Amino acid sequence: MFSFWTQDFLSLDTTPTLNNYREFLAEPLYQELLRRSLIIAGSVTVVTVLLAFPIAYYVSFYVRPERKSLWLFLITIPFWTSYLIRVFLWRVILGFDGVVNTALMNLGLINEPLTFILYNPNAVVITLAHAFAPFAILPIFVALERIDRSLLEASRDLGENAFNTFRRVTLPLAMPGVVASVLIVFIPTIGDYVTPRLVGGPEGLMIANMIQTQFLRLNNAPLGAALAVIAMLSVTLISLAFIWLTRKYLRAR
Amino acid sequence: MRRSGWLGLYAVAYLIFLYAPIIILPLFAFNDSAVIAFPLSGFTLNWFRELTGIEAMHAALRNSLFIAVMTALFSTLLGIAAARAATRYNFPLKAGIMGLIMLPLVLPEIIVAVSLLVVAVQIFGMPLSAWTVIAAHTLICTPFCIAILNTAFQNLDPALEEAAVDLGETPQSTFRLITLPLVIPGIISSLLISFTISLDEFIIAFFLTGNEPTLPVYIWGLFRFPARIPVVMALGTILVAVSIILLAIAEYYRRRGLARAGQKDTGGFL
Repeated sequence: MFSFWTQDFLSLDTTPTLNNYREFLAEPLYQELLRRSLIIAGSVTVVTVLLAFPIAYYVSFYVRPERKSLWLFLITIPFWTSYLIRVFLWRVILGFDGVVNTALMNLGLINEPLTFILYNPNAVVITLAHAFAPFAILPIFVALERIDRSLLEASRDLGENAFNTFRRVTLPLAMPGVVASVLIVFIPTIGDYVTPRLVGGPEGLMIANMIQTQFLRLNNAPLGAALAVIAMLSVTLISLAFIWLTRKYLRAR
Repeated sequence: MRRSGWLGLYAVAYLIFLYAPIIILPLFAFNDSAVIAFPLSGFTLNWFRELTGIEAMHAALRNSLFIAVMTALFSTLLGIAAARAATRYNFPLKAGIMGLIMLPLVLPEIIVAVSLLVVAVQIFGMPLSAWTVIAAHTLICTPFCIAILNTAFQNLDPALEEAAVDLGETPQSTFRLITLPLVIPGIISSLLISFTISLDEFIIAFFLTGNEPTLPVYIWGLFRFPARIPVVMALGTILVAVSIILLAIAEYYRRRGLARAGQKDTGGFL
């Protein structure tokens, strides 16, 4: 509702208007930011979930039952420690004279520091994939735990090999967990402005940075609110489309 | 038990990826150089000593602790009410209402921050203060509390309460003597978790603090001064250590709660 108003420095004009949305359409910068945010959030989601699935699979299928909660505890600890500090340390790790570059140079693998890992979208993806790891692992783990192990044995007994058993039994049954973790990573990622600001550089800024700037620096809260509404709507639409597609895909099988 | 092989190796590599920042943090906190880069130059406690002298940081810390304690109390109280209602009673639209309560868990934090800013300032005309942050943090912590407390209340056998009432206890004394002791481990771990979340939360606090910064907001300000960064590393080391200790205690109580209710341990916090 707020996004339909206009703000002129400190006074607030409460006549409803679509101007803020018109400004979004007129200004290519905002659309570019939104498009970039969606792409970054999408890649973060793909990377995080792909990295998380084997871990969840390992803990669920290979770790002894009494050790499982220890593993989960180990996985969740980094998530609970200060977010700002963690993001800042990724800057230290990925930086020009950071840990990765120093190590690779000392090993003689590279001659000059890699520059494609900091102050660009790659850095944002790596850092966020780290930050949201437990969010992705836990739902998949829960889904894998629910799978009746005798189904897998049945599939093997009926002559499927390990890979086909995984593809035709385990994966479809784990899909609800995968869908949940995709959503739980994708949706909050859009709203993050700390990581883009600290490690993203000019190419890595996202829509949330613009919302923050509009609210706190430029004093144009209504435009910020309009951007927030637009971001929220696009995320919701994409999520719904994703849920619909996976439903359809699972039913078709 | 099957062979884990490559997958086990991958799991260990992944844990290293997860822990990399936390392992590197103390290295720089004790490093005798103002530049955050390798190679390390020597051992020092100076950064920790410098921490004790910054008055603004102490104010931010006090502010953060106050907010975190209040948030922990409010969100756990709300969580108890919601978890009790959800596990014991049926009411119309129950699934919808619970879904609505859990929603902040998946909302982008900036959306929560922006909408609360708008509601607090423009609609209620509240000045930004510690209380606006407490309100916001309670909102995002409550779902975590409910998730923890739900398990605690689900494991509670209603027959025990009925037995107490049959034996002549009043509802109040039943709650005090039977229900509370059985769910207290869940309550403690919920208090600790929400305390930790609130202490570390930055995105929302940054919008809502006004002129009394919380600790993360203060740290964010320090990032702009390269000379202060080793101090931030020292502060971060302390914060991480405190978080891990609090979490270990929370985990201990969660397991004890499960053991008391005679359940098998099935896994993590969420």
